[in-house]
Amino acid sequence: MSKVLEVSNIQKRFGGIYAVNGVSFDVHEGEILGIIGPNGCGKSTLFNCILGQLQPTEGEVKLDGKVVTGLRPCDLNRLGVSRTFQLLQVFPQLTVRENLILAAQEHKGNMATRLIGKRDAGLTGDADQMIGFFKLAHLADERAGGLSYGQQKLLDAAMAFMSGPRLVLLDEPAGGVNLTMLENLKERLQAINKEQGATFVVIEHNMDFVMSLCTRVLVLAEGKVLAEGLPAEIRANPKVIEAYLGH
Amino acid sequence: MANLVNLIITGLATGAIYALVAIGFTLLWQTSQTINFAQGDFVMLPAFFMLPMLHAGVPYWLAILIGVILSMLILGYGYKKLLVDPIRKHGVLPLAIAGMALSIFMQEGVKNYTAEAHVFPALIPNLDFHIFGAVVSAQSIAVVVVALAVVIALQWLLNKTLVGHQMQATAQNSTVARLLGIPVERMVLYTFLINGALVAIASALVSPLIFAKFSTGNIMGMAAFTAAIVGGFNQVRGAIAGGLLLGVVNNIGSAYISAQYRDAIPLLLLILVILFRPQGLMGRAEERTV
Amino acid sequence: MKLSAFAIVASLVVALGLLVGPIFLSDYGRYILSMWIVMSIAAIGLNLTLGYAGQVSLAQGAFMGVGAYVSALMTIHGWPLPVAMLTSALVCLVLGWMLGYPALRVQHHYLAFVTLAFASLAFLIFRNEEWITGGVDGLANIPRPYFLWMATDGSLAFYYYCLGVLGLIALGYYGLVRSPWGRAFLALRENPVRAMSLGIDTRRYILVAFAIGSALGGVAGSLFAPLVQFVEPPAFAVDLSLKLLLMVIVGGSGFYFGPFLGALIAVLLPEWLRFTQGYYLMLYAFFVMLLLVISPSGILGIADKWITDRKTRVASAARAATASAFEETKQ
Repeated sequence: MSKVLEVSNIQKRFGGIYAVNGVSFDVHEGEILGIIGPNGCGKSTLFNCILGQLQPTEGEVKLDGKVVTGLRPCDLNRLGVSRTFQLLQVFPQLTVRENLILAAQEHKGNMATRLIGKRDAGLTGDADQMIGFFKLAHLADERAGGLSYGQQKLLDAAMAFMSGPRLVLLDEPAGGVNLTMLENLKERLQAINKEQGATFVVIEHNMDFVMSLCTRVLVLAEGKVLAEGLPAEIRANPKVIEAYLGH
Repeated sequence: MANLVNLIITGLATGAIYALVAIGFTLLWQTSQTINFAQGDFVMLPAFFMLPMLHAGVPYWLAILIGVILSMLILGYGYKKLLVDPIRKHGVLPLAIAGMALSIFMQEGVKNYTAEAHVFPALIPNLDFHIFGAVVSAQSIAVVVVALAVVIALQWLLNKTLVGHQMQATAQNSTVARLLGIPVERMVLYTFLINGALVAIASALVSPLIFAKFSTGNIMGMAAFTAAIVGGFNQVRGAIAGGLLLGVVNNIGSAYISAQYRDAIPLLLLILVILFRPQGLMGRAEERTV
Repeated sequence: MKLSAFAIVASLVVALGLLVGPIFLSDYGRYILSMWIVMSIAAIGLNLTLGYAGQVSLAQGAFMGVGAYVSALMTIHGWPLPVAMLTSALVCLVLGWMLGYPALRVQHHYLAFVTLAFASLAFLIFRNEEWITGGVDGLANIPRPYFLWMATDGSLAFYYYCLGVLGLIALGYYGLVRSPWGRAFLALRENPVRAMSLGIDTRRYILVAFAIGSALGGVAGSLFAPLVQFVEPPAFAVDLSLKLLLMVIVGGSGFYFGPFLGALIAVLLPEWLRFTQGYYLMLYAFFVMLLLVISPSGILGIADKWITDRKTRVASAARAATASAFEETKQ
């Protein structure tokens, strides 16, 4: 399997404190990599460094073998890297369908066609398909702000898939979602992974969710990689149990 | 050279007044994220509290004192309770826009009352004396001395008293301050009262120099914004430095650069600082949160 | 659906009123309505920059000034108004694009101060560069344009000329806010970080929002010049920018009809409140403060909230129904 993402020796310092202190890992095509670790271990900062939201103090990120450190998030997105945020980030005034169209419109045409071309940039069909796939069909024309938290969380994830990304980074997709919705979400993520061959990196606190969803797990502690392996290996790793699972 | 010394000293005098106004402006921002777009008019108004009393024969010091107290009540307490508190929850921008409306409201109100420029008595009689060949007006010195005294008193309040420490905690992180049991709301109110006092003092100091008129707020407001931004928004000493710098630069500029474009100097200074050092000359950079 | 039918009927009535009404008005009434059109166009521009894209600008009045001077100078020297108008728009487009650069570095109140400083500088230039702007004396004898072969010297003819321009702009504005650009502007305003992560080049859209908004300010100015037939610096002082900002806020920033409504109130209020003599601006300012307490998104914001609340009640009923349906399919 080829490497989609190569992260080498990422460091991020805020003042005198290292939030991320030399993290390296690879992500292979088609896998679902889980990243776990106690609060404040630098997971979200790591994501932000990979995605251009923050400039890493040191280190390098490669996408398909090409260096992408320093690119802006919108450039990375157009190269096929998509993400969600820890906190819910949908656009409450827009309808569900409009949110999804927005999520892919910059991948269609150019600035001119987006001004004088079709209002939906030809994406209504794709959006409705995605809406159906995430079982939100009855809500397509509702404003996103009127949806329940779990439904918004599904929409948030669906937006990340609208542009047909190769690599998706999900920051705590299960946070605050009830059990039924969680099953729904997991099932959808696995389906996308199988059907479209999309590669995932998932930050998550919910252990059951990570262990049942991911094909490989990386454990961070104090800004460094503590352990790496299959879900079963991680569960059995004494260092991990001491640092994290033991709590 | 002698002329330059004179320009610097009178510049410091107006700069010290700008500094007082800018300090109040930044205090409101720090404790409650209030951008007071009417700050200039806050300086314009107290003169009109004091003038009728002075005309009625009330002694100078008493008139100033009552003016300061009225200003604290109306421009401090009233402003906070009637305008800031109801709008703050909507965010920074609506509050800033409400300030613009308040500015129009105050200017029009005073204009309806009197549209003329009024002479305002000075702190001390105008005497000139000579230092090293330069002519220095005693009034300029007096303004600097009073402003300095106010700043020292304020610094003492902020740094040496319990209330001052609580106010600083509120300014730095109101959430943590609240957790520590500091009565945040009352601290915010105190900064509004302090601002009310500062603008009234500035009003008494500046009105003898530029007359009391409904439109003086435009100049004072722009000067306060510029001083606050040039010095740095998140620190009192930034506002002081910004105010003094602006006063001197303004004065020297108007002497050596065409009179037509002297107003452009602070504007250019403002634009350059915002573009190249948005945290201000003395400020710390605020970490951008994602 | 009922609401949109109501909206269509209402728009038709308003359009008809705008076409036929002025025939029965005095010259002064037509002048006031033409002024409403000019202010609406400038406010539409600001609504794109501020209301849709979320970038504060206190310089719209300065762009109106630039447009007015460019167009006055060109038409005095014999150029037709449409050419002058396009030139004004182009000049302001470039200036607006440049003014957008500070917005890439600073936001909110800092941006307000930068644009305010720009507007103040523009005023100084209008006042001091006598060789081109006529200084404090201003520029007089600005001709009214021709439409094809017809002169528009009369107040009614010029009103229709303005209305035609407004009609074209309103169409373009409608297309723009409904296009993917409009959606990107809104995303930029609501959540620039999320917008970036969805591939939206926020830098480019910020610059574009400033440029288009400013260009419309230029167009408004180029109609202002032949309407008043005299331009002088005080007309484009900083308080024009403030007034335009208040128009956008009062009408409802980020709503299509907001600028039309805001400009209408700002232009008509002095007429309605004439009996109060000097106090109308005070009353207006008081009204703005009161409105900001009630609804920071203006008059249309109140209407929108009312409609949304109604929809949400319906939607939550639907949600309750589907939630139970979902539970059933699981079992």
